[in-house]
Amino acid sequence: MSTRIIANRDRCVGAGQCVLVDPDAFDQDDSDGLVVLIHSEPHSDDEVARAREAVNVCPGRALSLAE
Amino acid sequence: MTPPTISFTRTDPYRPPADHVRLQAEAPISRVQRPDGRKLWVVTRHEDVRTMLMDTRFSSDRRDPRHPAHMAHMGPDYRPGLIEMDPPAHTALRRSLIGEFTVSRLSAWRPRIQEMVDEAIDAMLAGPPETDLVEALSLPIPSMVISEMLGVPYADHDFFQRNSADFSRIDTTPEQKGAAVANLRNYIADLVQQKVKEPGNDLLSRQLAAGVKPEDLGPIGFLLLIAGHETTANMISLSIATLLDKREKLEAVRNDPAITVGAVEELLRYFTIAEVGHQRLALADIELGGVLIKEGETVFGLANTANRDAEVFPDPDDLDFTRLARNHLAFGFGPHQCLGQNLARLELEIVLATVLRRMPTLRLAVPFDEISFKENGPNYGVNKLEVAW
Repeated sequence: MSTRIIANRDRCVGAGQCVLVDPDAFDQDDSDGLVVLIHSEPHSDDEVARAREAVNVCPGRALSLAE
Repeated sequence: MTPPTISFTRTDPYRPPADHVRLQAEAPISRVQRPDGRKLWVVTRHEDVRTMLMDTRFSSDRRDPRHPAHMAHMGPDYRPGLIEMDPPAHTALRRSLIGEFTVSRLSAWRPRIQEMVDEAIDAMLAGPPETDLVEALSLPIPSMVISEMLGVPYADHDFFQRNSADFSRIDTTPEQKGAAVANLRNYIADLVQQKVKEPGNDLLSRQLAAGVKPEDLGPIGFLLLIAGHETTANMISLSIATLLDKREKLEAVRNDPAITVGAVEELLRYFTIAEVGHQRLALADIELGGVLIKEGETVFGLANTANRDAEVFPDPDDLDFTRLARNHLAFGFGPHQCLGQNLARLELEIVLATVLRRMPTLRLAVPFDEISFKENGPNYGVNKLEVAW
């Protein structure tokens, strides 16, 4: 079963923490600063670890992982 | 029973106040009294502070007279700033602004900020080999950056910088501070009017184009200036003072500039200079970390102490540039987490890297323990930093 990143834009506060953790997976919308997923399925252990860190540092609790 | 009185003063620049550290170990959420007699709950552990700052039933609305940061002038007609608001008004205003501060928008500023830092260092190197770094570098850089972002014409940079420095310096009188605030408020209000007539490629003009009313934009511009100026300046000064005090840390960054990003993150955690923004008013009875906080009571999240929580940061008193712990609370947490945090990171990274590269003989001109720290200000920092090279 693969891991999937879920982003809840209603909860996002646009702090950009996820982008700092993994700019290959996360970006922000220029108009409202909210999270944009570049890809939502981390594959390598490294990518999954970064996704977990992004979930942990998100100040809006807007990110979660479905496994 | 009267709760115990605890001190909020930092007596060691490298440690949180001793009372706060003790409470974290003994009674992590405690009812205490400030030296002025006001009672409040202090929250000292990382997870509890995060939970509290996420929960908007702990209100930021300072118009409520029960709010710990309420001031007399915040009557019913007072227009609150971003940090003084709750959702949904806060959410809408924050979203209208934060697009200006995304990681990718800010990285476009990197070359320009580098130029500003290089020019400030050129000026230092051209003068006598001893100066106050606060005046020469820490205060001017964030002021110049925010003034260019807002669209302040170059000819007015001196005025802008002088007044924002007067607002932050220890040796200005309350009258001078008041005058500086009035000057800046008036200046930004005039600048907004100018942008109405002649829009440019800047934050104020884009906000006007997006429909923000000129009378609302002045206070927003003023908040952006105040929030990002002295705080960033304090972190620049503290970081450089620390590197000059702990030479092995300085050498580590100089020998491997790639760890500058980790050094910035760790210095932010280590000093956590701004925590007064983490005061809230409970709007309901709320259970937090096994403690019942009653409606109407006030709560203070001690981010500096939370950032030394050994459960989250092993050996928390070690300044470890390889830690890369991004889950610190130096910029807060929850919907109010600092709007300009990624700009602050960028400025700090560029300043530290450039100072280390271009000023190899930089040293403290007074012993570290004789530096004057901002022990009783709203934000921690350095009043004056005499350096030589």
